[in-house]
Amino acid sequence: MFEISELNKRNQKTQKLFQILFLMMTLMLIAPVVIILGTLIYKGGAIISVDFLFTAPTDGMTAGGIFPALFGTVWLVAVALLVSVPVGVAAAIYLSEYAPDNWLTRIINLAIINLAGVPSIVHALFGVGAFVIFFKFGTSILAASLTLAIMTLPVVIVASKESLQAVPKAFREACWNMGATRWQTIRRVVLPNAVSGILTGVILEVSRTTGETAPIMFTGAAFFLPFLPQSVFDQTMALSLHLFVVSTQVPGVPDELPYGVALVLIGMVLLMNSVSIAFRMYLRGQKKW
Amino acid sequence: MQQSSNNLPGNAFDRRTMDWYIDKLMQLLVFIGGISAIIFIIGIFVFITMEGMDFVFGRLDVAEFFTSEYWSPSDEDDPEFGILALIAGTASVTGLAMLVAIPFALGSAIYIGEFASGKKREYLKVLVELLAAIPSVVWGFIGLSIMNPLIIDVFDVPVGLNILNAGVILGLMAAPIMASIAEDALKAVPDGYREAAEAMGATRWQVIFKVVLPAAKNGLLGAVLLGVGRGFGETMAVLMATGHSVNMPTSIFDSVRALTATIAAELGETAVGSDHYGVLFTIGIFLFLITFVINLSADLIVRGVRKG
Repeated sequence: MFEISELNKRNQKTQKLFQILFLMMTLMLIAPVVIILGTLIYKGGAIISVDFLFTAPTDGMTAGGIFPALFGTVWLVAVALLVSVPVGVAAAIYLSEYAPDNWLTRIINLAIINLAGVPSIVHALFGVGAFVIFFKFGTSILAASLTLAIMTLPVVIVASKESLQAVPKAFREACWNMGATRWQTIRRVVLPNAVSGILTGVILEVSRTTGETAPIMFTGAAFFLPFLPQSVFDQTMALSLHLFVVSTQVPGVPDELPYGVALVLIGMVLLMNSVSIAFRMYLRGQKKW
Repeated sequence: MQQSSNNLPGNAFDRRTMDWYIDKLMQLLVFIGGISAIIFIIGIFVFITMEGMDFVFGRLDVAEFFTSEYWSPSDEDDPEFGILALIAGTASVTGLAMLVAIPFALGSAIYIGEFASGKKREYLKVLVELLAAIPSVVWGFIGLSIMNPLIIDVFDVPVGLNILNAGVILGLMAAPIMASIAEDALKAVPDGYREAAEAMGATRWQVIFKVVLPAAKNGLLGAVLLGVGRGFGETMAVLMATGHSVNMPTSIFDSVRALTATIAAELGETAVGSDHYGVLFTIGIFLFLITFVINLSADLIVRGVRKG
């Protein structure tokens, strides 16, 4: 009575076939990246050394290291974070703790989606129009970082909002019942429970900011500078733009140099993303509620 | 101090302590943070319009702008401001990218969402997330240094920087993002649907094709739209992998130039306030409006699913 019929067998065979097909598609999506990473390591691995990381480019950027570009990227990311983290976390707190379900909240959410969807080069145009020209910051770290901060704001907002909303409502109610104000509740109960989740979002944002190129091209990053930036009003080199420059704009660059730059850049980005993901998984395991 | 003020008549229930003021102040501050996204989106539109306005109202010929394929904005005697070839470049690259990305994104979303389970599913999701993190300038470099010689070898064409190259690169870039949105859409289909179909004797793939995919179709459409938006807006990878020559494409081995890449390549060499500068900002306004509409419709479609 429970014998498998011909039809069942055929169905099961089709199912196996489809499962394998979809697995292949997934693997084919991942395979090119493994190949690419392998190629970058194979061709660029040899050039990477302490010297490469900590000396300036020489001979018209056809030799030497990448230190000014690394240094500049750190500057750009740090200043961008100073702006985007407070604003982003505030926005997340508003959306998670205060916002009623009304038209304004819907528009805010739409604006966040669109902020993430506006092309990076349009963000660059905005940076030129607003920060370089209108606010007269000139092409500077400040202008470039502000552009980056606005562009990556959705990353912080979305991650922070999720971790704030993961804090159980009962925590807040218990605190209100003790006579605490809304802000005291957020400050003493909600934020401490959400801070590690917010941190994973911040790491993701650092990684995003590190890799962006178009928004900084005209707002503060320079092809080559013989000196390091002294303040936020100076221009700077940046690692992402440096990869573009050595691979397209400079003649006579030895093959392994751009591979090395690409490897450092992709290594930094993937490392930060992995840390963020690992941290998120660890937190999920730790949750007691 | 506290004590004496509480003793005054009428103040016994006045709760405006320091904490009350701090609470109100913080509420105001996070509200400002909350509406910042709206301010920034409006700010982006206002500032790029301000820079592009002189050109739009002074020099722009809308018909010529959209229908002429001649682009030589820096010509001193007879500048041409036609972006048809640039639109064709962007559209052809995005179109090919979607042909590459849709099957892979959908296939992996189905595998990860419906077949894989436990640890395997976690690992695959992490890998897909890492794929989405690779910066576009690195993808552009890959197009330049790995895909370019590969295409020249395999297809025996003189130049490997063309629609095929940029389309494949862009497809690989967009696929992980589309896959994770598509997987969310599949996850949003209630388990009851699957269980009901399985109870009727349907196999897993029948459940997927006859029940889950039709139920998730709006969410999947939203994923594709966001992929298209990404394709239109991508800059560095397209700048480096298309070959960057103004061209009405006739085959996938033609080099083209994209709207975004044109801005990226030319803005640095224009004088502020010149026609060339203005036309680049006008392209920016055009890109802003297109991606705005695409993102808005993707959001409306996806939201429609959640309500239904």
